[in-house]
Amino acid sequence: MKFSEQWLREWVNPDISSHELSEQLSMAGLEVDAVEPVADEFHTVVVGEVIECGPHPDADKLQVTKVDVGDGEPVDIVCGASNCRLGIKVAVAKVGAVLPGDFKIKKAKLRGQPSNGMLCSFKELGLIDEHDGIIELPADAPVGEDYRKYLQLDDNSIDIDLTPNRGDCLSIRGIAREVGVLNRMDVKVPESNKVAASIEDTLSITLSAAEQCPRYLGRVIKSVDLTRPTPVWMTEKLRRSGIRSIDPVVDVTNYVLLELGHPMHAFDLDSLEGNIDVRLAKPKEKLTLLDEQEVELDDDTLVIADEKKALAMAGVYGGKNSGVTENSKNIFLESAFFAPDAILGKARRYGLHTDASHRYERGVDPQLQRTAMERATELLLAICGGEAGPVTEAVAEAFLPKRDGITLRASRLAKVLGVSIANDNVTEILERLGFNVSFDGEQWQVGIPSYRFDLSIEEDLIEEVARVYGYNSIQAAPPAAQLRMTERKESQLSAHQLMDAMVSRGYQEAITYSFVDPKHQALMFDETAALTLPHPISVDMSSMRVSLWPGLVGAVAHNQKRQQSVLAFVETGLRFIPDESAENGVRQEAVISGIRSGKAHSEHWSEGDRAVDFYDVKGDVEALLAQTGNAAAFRFVASQNPALHPGQSAAIYRGSEKVGDIGALHPKFDKALGLNQRTFVFELALSAVTERPLPQAKPVSRYPSIRRDLAVVVDKDLAAGELIAAMENVGVKQLVDLNLFDVYIGDGVAEGKQSLALSVTLQDSDKTLEEAEVTELMTKFIETLKSEFNATLRD
Amino acid sequence: MQLEQIVEQAESAIAAADSPTALDEVRVEYMGKKGQLTELLKGLGKLDPSERREAGQKINEAKQQVQTSINARKELLKAAELAQKLEAERIDVTLPGRHSSVGGVHPVTQTIRRIEQFFGDLGFSVKEGPEVEDGFHNFDALNIPANHPARADHDTFYFTPSTMLRTQTSGVQIRTMENEKPPLRIISPGRVYRNDYDQTHTPMFHQVEGLMVDTDVSFTQLKGILEDFLNHFFEESLTVRFRPSYFPFTEPSAEVDVMGKDGKWLEVLGCGMVHPNVLKAVGIDSEKYTGFAFGMGVERLTMLRYGVNDLRAFFENDLRFLKQFN
Repeated sequence: MKFSEQWLREWVNPDISSHELSEQLSMAGLEVDAVEPVADEFHTVVVGEVIECGPHPDADKLQVTKVDVGDGEPVDIVCGASNCRLGIKVAVAKVGAVLPGDFKIKKAKLRGQPSNGMLCSFKELGLIDEHDGIIELPADAPVGEDYRKYLQLDDNSIDIDLTPNRGDCLSIRGIAREVGVLNRMDVKVPESNKVAASIEDTLSITLSAAEQCPRYLGRVIKSVDLTRPTPVWMTEKLRRSGIRSIDPVVDVTNYVLLELGHPMHAFDLDSLEGNIDVRLAKPKEKLTLLDEQEVELDDDTLVIADEKKALAMAGVYGGKNSGVTENSKNIFLESAFFAPDAILGKARRYGLHTDASHRYERGVDPQLQRTAMERATELLLAICGGEAGPVTEAVAEAFLPKRDGITLRASRLAKVLGVSIANDNVTEILERLGFNVSFDGEQWQVGIPSYRFDLSIEEDLIEEVARVYGYNSIQAAPPAAQLRMTERKESQLSAHQLMDAMVSRGYQEAITYSFVDPKHQALMFDETAALTLPHPISVDMSSMRVSLWPGLVGAVAHNQKRQQSVLAFVETGLRFIPDESAENGVRQEAVISGIRSGKAHSEHWSEGDRAVDFYDVKGDVEALLAQTGNAAAFRFVASQNPALHPGQSAAIYRGSEKVGDIGALHPKFDKALGLNQRTFVFELALSAVTERPLPQAKPVSRYPSIRRDLAVVVDKDLAAGELIAAMENVGVKQLVDLNLFDVYIGDGVAEGKQSLALSVTLQDSDKTLEEAEVTELMTKFIETLKSEFNATLRD
Repeated sequence: MQLEQIVEQAESAIAAADSPTALDEVRVEYMGKKGQLTELLKGLGKLDPSERREAGQKINEAKQQVQTSINARKELLKAAELAQKLEAERIDVTLPGRHSSVGGVHPVTQTIRRIEQFFGDLGFSVKEGPEVEDGFHNFDALNIPANHPARADHDTFYFTPSTMLRTQTSGVQIRTMENEKPPLRIISPGRVYRNDYDQTHTPMFHQVEGLMVDTDVSFTQLKGILEDFLNHFFEESLTVRFRPSYFPFTEPSAEVDVMGKDGKWLEVLGCGMVHPNVLKAVGIDSEKYTGFAFGMGVERLTMLRYGVNDLRAFFENDLRFLKQFN
């Protein structure tokens, strides 16, 4: 809600500065967004009259004028505006004037003709207006008067960001009431006179949808002249409140809207066929709106109709065919109360948002319709002449909002606020707010005026009291609560702990958007349908991620373009897998994902540099799994994954459950994804790694351990993991460590074979192992490898 | 006398030995099985028994003297040898260590962790919830019925009319209150989404919301805990003001501003007393229990804390930006 400060001060004028006023409003809950002067700084601009006007002898587009500026001698001014003509009143910057932007007006010659001043446009004076050409002032503007004074330009536009509950403040009247309360001042309502009917014409009004429209007032006004200009005092108030002047009817209804907060509408009486019916739209009923778009109305949309057709979308937007034009002679004025529930959401549904719908959605004073009608009639007749008929009112009392009183208990007020405000003080605040108050020593009975339709429960009044008392007058105190310890499960690993483990290995935490480019996601996850946002910010942010990889790939590509060569990112968050059986049709799975690309480490004087590879990332994942204290429960199994390199891809299992993936990103996507280095990724379900079993201590063996090395030749295709698992499964309880320390393919090993070297550490908890026992145990291992993998001992 | 000459020769040979090997040769020459002093001892038998004892004693003394000298020389040579070895092992300790790169936690996460810590110390537990939310948890239960103007202010990303990306983490409060009974003290950090993208808005950002419900929770306490938090979060004594505002799920509601270094007020969080309709929606007796709730934008706090100017930097994941927080 933007308004002119001067206008407000006509209603209530506390002795405080503009700055203090806006602070006061903000601290009362009407947040002031901006306070801007309605005109930039300028001086020596006066009202003038063009008394001679002719073409410039040497320039097509210029005119030579003489302008009376009230100094006796007319001034020669050359003007280039197309609307410059004889007889109009203008704003003249005289020689010596300084316009916004420090633009100084001096004596000059334009193509040989003297020009001792300038006829100004709104823009040149720093007034926001879309009109082209020079300013045209009303015929009664006094020649010679200072322009700033004439237009009272020493004023501010104040913009308030009103919260949805304060629909009552969407007007000068409403804001004035607040300012009056805050400053303990009475509000001066401008004088307004009822307009007596001078003609008998009426239209009858039927409320077919009385619940949606419990009150409708109409009035016929005939013989208006809409070619007359709206007076400058009105257009200026509108302009300063952010509304353009259109024509006298629109200007007057907008003026009443701003002044009283009541939307009105005017129809061209001659386009109406019969009487008025306020009803719900018929199935598939069509209406062409003022902006020329034709809409098909839903049958829960309230319309104003005549006997033949819908005329307007009630409380939202007028129809084109019944709209008032410059040629309209007779009009029908509407002032209605529409129930907020009937208007809520309608404008939005049709892609509209108007000043009227904004107010009706939030609520309008249900007792204000007649006042608004009289005010608008008075203003309209003053500008356009004409004859007004009597006001016709249709009302369905049963559907008008009921105003029950609200009870406010002193004890509840103290409980919620935590302070005790003196009872007299509370009574005084409620009375200042214009409420009807009685207090019995324990509670207040409060009658609420019709304009405070936002108040209905006790808490509403508690807020009103607190707000006027001042939030900052309420002291602060620490909360009191019973000391209860918070559950801290030792067996639970937090996402923070897992993140820290990765960070200590050189990973940088990334936070990427949860919606990704569907093109990128489809490359990697072509078989998974993702959830799509119907109205995204942009197409490349429209697909909900089914994995954190697309976002992480984006982070890597961003940095590779910026010459970063060691890249390791980790992210935790949800992935979104559509699933009809899940809540809201989507499984929202927390995962931890990582990506590495480029060098394994920054180049080092002793280590040189090498590209990161699968085993770097696998080592990172193993470190993560080790956090669970139960790394042995996890297995890496070679797998096929459309996103990954077919030969460098593994699924991670915990027991028989697949809990993650790891691998080299398939190089065929590099170009499309903007990657220029081999890139490795992993993703693990957080649920698989957040349990850490409590350690169960076992005694440490006091006997020496013995290491034996074993080199076996097996098929090259045999996964080392299988061989290790087989040895672990032999069931030798003395096996305390098994480490694969060499893999060899080449001379001395047959084609198609590989040699794997393992160290086997054996230890008994009860005795020192004898050589014979060691040999026996080793034989068990060797026999198993021979029988399961056809392994031979390497010489 | 021969013995004295031998000792003298031995002493000079010991002094001349410049390596353990040379020293050992000297030892053999004089003390070995056929060494000169050993030979003298062997010759004792030829002497008259009356002289034998005295001569023997002298030879043994001489042997001891030589042995002492050898030992001393040995220690000296060993020390010299070690010193030489260590000198050869001297390195440049200023060269960079191996793999010194350590990553870091994202600044937004750092702020969340700090907030969790502050409130965790007061017994608030951390709750999380889904990001694809339904209308009941994101709006209805929060006293924002369908078509409420406040819904339009949310710039919601809808999937269907009844499912959406959550616009606030308040749904977690509802889920908690559905499942747990007062007294409650929780905070819920997480991602939230609004369909808005410019210099000061990103379509995704983070919020931490807090909720306390107990028998005597009041507005003064809300002021107390938030002022306390802001002073601790920024580690300075700030000028804080509570400004009346409106949220459908709290009443009275307030926005909290802090005075910036430039003397301007900066909005940092929203809060209020939990609206009785919200308590009713989750079956909590609003006569017996009262509660406060608050919500803060994590990016906003992070920007103020660390002097970040562009909100969008948080989601570009530029290493040069992120590493500044490591």
